[in-house]
Amino acid sequence: MTSDVAVLGAGMHPWGKWGRSFVEYGTKAARNALADAGLEWNRVQSVVGAGTVRGGYPGYVAGATFARALGWQGARVTSVYAACASGAQAIGTARAQILAGMAEVALVVGADAAPKGFFAPAGGERPDDPDWLRFRVLGATNPAYFGLYARRRMALYGDTADDFARVKVKNSAAGALNPYARYRKRVTAEEVAASAVVCDPLRLLDICATSDGAAALVLSSMDFARRHGAADPVRIRAVSTATPQYPRTELDLPDIATDSAAAVPAPEAGFRSSIARYAYEEAGLGPEDLSLAEVYDLSTALELEWYEDLGLCGAGEAAKLLRDGTTALGGRLPVNAGGGLASFGEAVPAQAIAQVCELTWQLREQAGERQVPGARVGMTANQGLFGHGSAVVAVR
Amino acid sequence: MPRTPKPVVPGWFDPDAGPAEFRLLGTRCRACDAVFFPREDCFCRNPGCAGGELVEVPLSRHGTVWSYTDAHYRPPAPYVSDPDAEWQPYTLVAVELAAERMVVLGQAAPGVTVADLEVGAEVELVPGVLDEDAEHTWRTWHWKPVAAGRRRDV
Repeated sequence: MTSDVAVLGAGMHPWGKWGRSFVEYGTKAARNALADAGLEWNRVQSVVGAGTVRGGYPGYVAGATFARALGWQGARVTSVYAACASGAQAIGTARAQILAGMAEVALVVGADAAPKGFFAPAGGERPDDPDWLRFRVLGATNPAYFGLYARRRMALYGDTADDFARVKVKNSAAGALNPYARYRKRVTAEEVAASAVVCDPLRLLDICATSDGAAALVLSSMDFARRHGAADPVRIRAVSTATPQYPRTELDLPDIATDSAAAVPAPEAGFRSSIARYAYEEAGLGPEDLSLAEVYDLSTALELEWYEDLGLCGAGEAAKLLRDGTTALGGRLPVNAGGGLASFGEAVPAQAIAQVCELTWQLREQAGERQVPGARVGMTANQGLFGHGSAVVAVR
Repeated sequence: MPRTPKPVVPGWFDPDAGPAEFRLLGTRCRACDAVFFPREDCFCRNPGCAGGELVEVPLSRHGTVWSYTDAHYRPPAPYVSDPDAEWQPYTLVAVELAAERMVVLGQAAPGVTVADLEVGAEVELVPGVLDEDAEHTWRTWHWKPVAAGRRRDV
């Protein structure tokens, strides 16, 4: 049995292509989160940085990099990297330290500065690296995998390109209301259909961009929050950082093949749904309790997968949920009320933290025009390369 | 000077095999029968297995399409392409192997487009060329529809 930690502060640096250092973005987000918490930096006892491979050595040791930028004050430091799940690992680490009594107040920061175009593997000749191999042998970019999943949904469930476009339309409408989003213009289905095919059946506007951006959270023990005057803070109730079960039978980037289910039968649930299941179990909640969810829409079609994996509907029913407006702002269970990756573009180590920032503002009823009325329970879901699960449940 | 043929990854297939014998090479754990591709040569990844000797095993030559897509934009390095030549999209196919109960990705044979494929259709493994440099022809595997060029008239 675990217990809650308080979210005292949330802060972001706007997403975009700013052409500056990830340290600058992260420091800005951290200062915003501290200001939101009403706390001085020197009260923070632990700083956890979500790393980026694109920041050189400072990116690999992001915790100390941000601590140095904010001014050395001796706090305990942790640097974590888990690709897209880095932010959840950082939140999970800070939470574990708080629950273990190692720190009362922790600062979590993730920031990235992404180059234009496809993400590519680290340089050099590295045939022992699956990520290098998929590019060398197949030219299989991330969107190629998104295209495979999208086509599979079309064949299995009858999803259409129009359904995928509808996800973009929905998320761009939410993003237009978010001052931290990179894309703040509503997109029409016609505009999606007119954009270039990247990986059949997905078009440019079906696929998330790569962005600069940063997000930060100030977390504390419930005791500290009370002493600090936060009587009813947003609380983190669960952090799921699950790995898959063998055999993993869903083809996932960067793999060239799945595990074989010939010797050991495939587990009942796939990896993504197990990420959600662990989060629900830890929180003692279920999909029926959610007011909103922030999921990793690397592509429009992938957002639909998450509906099913989070148990918002049965397999193959996601497009229906989308079409009837359930997951739009104003619907019964808005998904990506913040605008999602469709509106932000991916700033890898910041993204899972940004999802929790959005939940925090929604649960505090501070989300302005995109507010989900009466939001009480929110969940985030995400997945990092090589099998890093990431989901957070926050409540108020 | 003639180029020397070389497999793009050593040990994943026999580059000298003719079309009829061409197979991807995985490994099988002697203790639990788990099959791995790409090959695991050091450890068995079945969590319920104490670990056994891993022996080479050829994979099925035929499978069915799990899904497919194509690449309309030039992938970044280490994918090799001529930056001066106009980009020609190629097709990627994820193929389900019935006996191994696994999905293996590969490029489709040259000329095969997404219009030639459908989920569930039968494909076969064929030897192919990935790219060439001054000294080498880099060999790879391709998936090819069993009845190439077949289109369903709906």
